[in-house]
Amino acid sequence: MAQPPQLPDTPSLVADLVQQVSQLIHHHQIQDPLVIGIHTGGAWLAETLAKSLNAPLGKLDISFYRDDFTQQGLNPKVNPSSLPFDINNRHIILVDDVLMTGRTIRAALNELFDYGRPASIKLATLCAINGRQLPIQADACALELQVTANQYLQLEGPEPLQLTLIERTTDESAS
Amino acid sequence: MNLPPSAQLQLTETGELRHFLSIDGLPKTLLERILDTANSFVVVGNQEVKKVPLLRGKTVVNLFFENSTRTRSTFELAAQRLSADVLNLDINTSATSKGESLLDTLRNLRAMHSDMFVVRHSQSGAAHFIAQQVTPNVAIINAGDGRHAHPTQAMLDMLTIYRHKASFDQLKVAIVGDILHSRVARDQVHALTTLGCQDVRLIGPNTLLPTAAEDLGVTTYSDLDKGLEDVDVIIMLRLQTERMDSAFLPSASEYYQAFGLTRQRLSKAKPDAIVMHPGPINRGIEIESEVADGKQSLILNQVGYGIAIRMAVMSMAMSGQMQQRQVMEASQ
Repeated sequence: MAQPPQLPDTPSLVADLVQQVSQLIHHHQIQDPLVIGIHTGGAWLAETLAKSLNAPLGKLDISFYRDDFTQQGLNPKVNPSSLPFDINNRHIILVDDVLMTGRTIRAALNELFDYGRPASIKLATLCAINGRQLPIQADACALELQVTANQYLQLEGPEPLQLTLIERTTDESAS
Repeated sequence: MNLPPSAQLQLTETGELRHFLSIDGLPKTLLERILDTANSFVVVGNQEVKKVPLLRGKTVVNLFFENSTRTRSTFELAAQRLSADVLNLDINTSATSKGESLLDTLRNLRAMHSDMFVVRHSQSGAAHFIAQQVTPNVAIINAGDGRHAHPTQAMLDMLTIYRHKASFDQLKVAIVGDILHSRVARDQVHALTTLGCQDVRLIGPNTLLPTAAEDLGVTTYSDLDKGLEDVDVIIMLRLQTERMDSAFLPSASEYYQAFGLTRQRLSKAKPDAIVMHPGPINRGIEIESEVADGKQSLILNQVGYGIAIRMAVMSMAMSGQMQQRQVMEASQ
C-alpha cells in the first residue's frame, strides 16, 4: 500500500482558518456573527472559532436533512442540533471540517432556514477536496487538496484535532 | 437467515425494517436501533421547529378500520413531523364485506401512489394480510390488529424504560391488568424478552391471564402485592370497560380492591420504580389518582415518546422499503 502524502500539521491549519475567518469578518464588516458547526468535526472547529472570535456557538446535526437516507438508511444516534439563539437577521459563520460533494452544506442550509432567515451565511471549512456535486464553495478554507477516488480525509478529535488522509483498502472500496 | 414468517415479511433481504407488523421475531439489534432512532426524535419534539424533511414528498395513509382517535392522531402528528403528506381514512368495517372489497380499497389506494399505510383493524392478522398484498410498493405499519399486536405501543413503553432505567437485563418488569385481551401485552413481552429482560411478570385476575405464559418465558401472578415486590417498572394496561359486564371481571370496585395500583401497593416495588399506562386512564379503577399524578408516574412523558417511536418506525420502514425497491429495479 502506498504511503498517503503528508498533510500540513492540523494546529497550523486551524490557526490559518481562524485567521481567514477574522479577515472575512473584517472585510465584509460583519457585525456580531454567530458561529455554527456541523456535527462532529465542524462542531469541534466551531468551538475554537467561537472562542477566538468571542462569538456565540451553535451546533447542527444534519442527519435528519440528508438527501441519501432512502439509500443509506438513517443514522440511529443523531445528536440534537443546538442553536441557543435566534438566527433571524443574524450573520452566520457555518463551519465544517471537510468540504467535498457539498451535500452536507446543502442539508445544513436547509436546516438553518427551518430555524429562521439569517442575514448572511459564510462557509468556513478546514479543508476542501475535489468532488463537488453542488454549486457550493467555501469562503474560508485552510487547505485545498486533490484526492484520488480511494482517498478520503478525516478529522479526529476533539483533543487533539488531527486531520488525516486515509487510503481505502481495495476491500472497503469494493463494498 | 432462519426467521419466522412474520419476521421475513417485515424485513428486507439485508435485514432492514420494511414493514412494522409485530415485535415477534424481530432481532434485538433492530429493536435497539428503533429505540436509538426514536430517542433522537424525542429531541425534535422539543425544538421550536418540530419538523424534519425525511419523508418529504411521501404519502402516508392512515387506514383505520377501527376507531382510535388517540392512536390515529399520534401517527398523524408523527407523519407530519417527518414532512409526509397524510391522508386519514376511517373505514367503517360494517360497510365493507371483508375479502374482496378490502382488496379493492387497497388497489384504489395503491393507484394513488401511496407510500405507506398505517393500519388499524379489529381482526388479528389484518396488517400482515395487507402487507402481503402490497409488498413491495407500500410499507405497512401495524397500529393495532385485533388481539394480536400493537407494536408501536409496546415499543413506546420500551423507549420509556430505555430513557428512564438502566439496561434491560437488570430489570424486573410487571405488566398489570387484562393480559388475555391485550394486544399490547403480547408485544411488550416479546420486546422485553428480546431486549434481555430476565424477570417479566404478568399480573391480573386468573380469568384474564394467558394459560401458556410460561412458554413466553414469563411468570404470572394473581396477587398484585406479591407480583409487585421489588419491581423496577410497572406497566398498567387499560381495562376495557366493555369487559366489565362480562363474566371475566367482578365489579369495578372489586377490581380496584384487588388490582388497582394504589400508593400503598406501589410501595411494594422498588422506591425508584416507574409507573406507565397507555392512557386513557380509568382513575379509581386501575390506578389511584395520586399514583397516576405522582412523581414515579411517566404517563404524560409517554405521549411524546409515542410520537417519537412512530417517527422512528415510519422513517426506518420507508427507508427499507425504498432500498428494497431500488435493489429490485436494479436487478430487472
